[in-house]
Amino acid sequence: MPRSAWLLLPVITVAGIVAFVLIGRPLDDFAASAPPTEEIVVEQVRLEPGMIRLTVRVDGSDPVRIAQVQVDGAYRQFEQNPAGPLSRLASAVISIPYHWIEGETHHLLLLTSSGAAFEHTIEVAQATPTGSSFGLLLLVGILLGIAPVAAGLLAYPAIRDMRPAGLRFLLALTLGLLGFLFIDTIGEGLEIGGEVLGRLNGDVLVWVAAGVTLMTLLLAGRRSGKPPEGIRLAFFIALGIGLHNLGEGLVVGASLATGAAALATFLMVGFVLHNVTEGIGIATPMTKARPGWQVFVALAALAGLPAVVGVWGGSQAVSPQFVALSFGIGAGAILQVIVELGGFMVRQSGAAALTSLSGASIMYSTASLRPTIRRARAGRIECRKWIG
Amino acid sequence: MLGLGGLTRASLAQSPGAVATAADAASYAHDIGGNQLVGIVDHERNGFDPHAVLTDFDFGEVVADQDGRRVREWTIRAIDKEIEIAPGVFFAAWTYNGRVPGPTLRCVEGEALRIRFFNDGSHPHTIHFHGIHPARMDGVPGVGEVNPGEEFVYEFAAKPFGCHLYHCHSVPLKRHIHKGLYGTFIVDPDPERHPEAREAAASRRFGTPEHAEWQELIMVMNGFDTNFDDENEFYAVNSIPFAYFGQPIRIERARPVRVYLVNVTEFDPVNSLHVHANFFDYYDHGTTLSPTLRTVDTVMQCQAQRGIIEFSFADHEPGLYMFHAHQTEFAELGWMGHFEVV
Repeated sequence: MPRSAWLLLPVITVAGIVAFVLIGRPLDDFAASAPPTEEIVVEQVRLEPGMIRLTVRVDGSDPVRIAQVQVDGAYRQFEQNPAGPLSRLASAVISIPYHWIEGETHHLLLLTSSGAAFEHTIEVAQATPTGSSFGLLLLVGILLGIAPVAAGLLAYPAIRDMRPAGLRFLLALTLGLLGFLFIDTIGEGLEIGGEVLGRLNGDVLVWVAAGVTLMTLLLAGRRSGKPPEGIRLAFFIALGIGLHNLGEGLVVGASLATGAAALATFLMVGFVLHNVTEGIGIATPMTKARPGWQVFVALAALAGLPAVVGVWGGSQAVSPQFVALSFGIGAGAILQVIVELGGFMVRQSGAAALTSLSGASIMYSTASLRPTIRRARAGRIECRKWIG
Repeated sequence: MLGLGGLTRASLAQSPGAVATAADAASYAHDIGGNQLVGIVDHERNGFDPHAVLTDFDFGEVVADQDGRRVREWTIRAIDKEIEIAPGVFFAAWTYNGRVPGPTLRCVEGEALRIRFFNDGSHPHTIHFHGIHPARMDGVPGVGEVNPGEEFVYEFAAKPFGCHLYHCHSVPLKRHIHKGLYGTFIVDPDPERHPEAREAAASRRFGTPEHAEWQELIMVMNGFDTNFDDENEFYAVNSIPFAYFGQPIRIERARPVRVYLVNVTEFDPVNSLHVHANFFDYYDHGTTLSPTLRTVDTVMQCQAQRGIIEFSFADHEPGLYMFHAHQTEFAELGWMGHFEVV
């Protein structure tokens, strides 16, 4: 018998244990009088005139029956589609005819047959954007993503004429910028991952997506056997920033759709200032090349277009697990660029790469200009603070 | 004031009386502005119907003791029971005789009472009566508390006359009461003892000619905390939210109405009753024969407070008249109903 046959033994043993637990049911005594464990998360909220539509996902030891629904502390008529008990990880749409009030907060409560209550708050009620607002959202996406990156790229001729010391500083700045974006992206991803149904492990999703993306891009970047430099490195930076901007776009879109629209102007100014530095970062590794204008257009599109997609997607209330996944991928892409750009700098200038810390601090300070994404989600009290 | 929504006469015509059918309830459901529960409670499975609870007085059994003394006697069992407190929502209740509120015990001032209490439940319980009784009949931990599988006999005289309640006084008190161990305890005045207000007393006493014209209703204001956060998810009278909304309580115009109102709501200090388009006289605790409040349309009660409300729709046009807690949050969570005046 080959030694590899021993591999069968663990498989057989595990199968035996599972069979014992499932068929013999030795644990039922523990659960005999215990109520079922239940969890409901509201993944999406769509507000239409006179109607609140929730997409919910459930988890539980038994199928979950949503028995009654409260809006603002009053029981309401509702319809569930599909009707009936929801099995583990299933989702359904709950439609509640309700004259929600523009600009005000609404509290929802879903009560299961066991009497467990699950709450969800619509911080600031606003109609979910429809086709008519597509143009506006497009504008937001362009202003948010493409415009600032393109503006940063315009500095390319000046960057190329810089002395080596100045260039090193810019590269260090770029590295710091990316470091900041990485932390920011992971943070956003974990926050949204926390809103995901427990069993779907939103936080783990962020880390795994980041890891897989990092490895994939590292391998792709080094296909030729050496790390990417010059225009190729610029493209990888643009890709990383683009994926990051997809996540940012999703959050901004969701904020706009769920009531932070009053912040839009303020938000936009902050984003533009913040993202201009991203354009400079993309341009810096290309000083030794002579890229044509098409390259710049492609770079701006790669880094900025995902923001447009993100803003639209976010406004349509995408699932939190998808947003978490986007942030995870974005974080992985940024980390890849950090690795490659860091390697590039160390090869070129050694310990001077440490000046990249100054980049992070600049990013931190410009980031304070767009403080509102997360806080806009946290509540309208903050919104009120900014509005008035 | 809460609106009637689109409730129409036409839909009323389908309702033959106080006990309407499930189909009627469904037809109403479209017309109440969306503030409603979805589905229908299976009263049969629960073993009690809120419409029956309004009037099902339990007079017990009058027996003669060995020494010839006349005693009014009841048997009450504490029973653990899951009840559907709202459509599709199940609550692990503790009950007296399998229902929440427990049976409405009714007797006459001065009678000797005997309550045989059997604890078929899983925790120690008591019956603590609001009334006048000896210390050893108080029904509190240490005095008349009954362990599962055991029994106790409470004996005392019925006094004072009025609208009272009984409830479990085992600890933790809040949990024992809120899980369903409470009921109404009515002591009718004996007209012979109140020559100065004989007629008023006679109209209160069940079975007298003066009493015959009255329509009497038991309303126990209660609530249920289904998720143990010390806040009620549901409010109602007689346990089932909105029970009298789609299926109104039928009132004959010519006859005066008397409501025995008891507040056993836990967690909230105060509950209230407001009747639309009418005013009533209120007898706090029911222990007087002249009103303690006259011509009011809202009355509030703290926990365990109770009283008697008397009013008439004689001069009103027929139709639906709302009644509800005027804590509107209670109303929207189920404590809302209609009188259907015919």
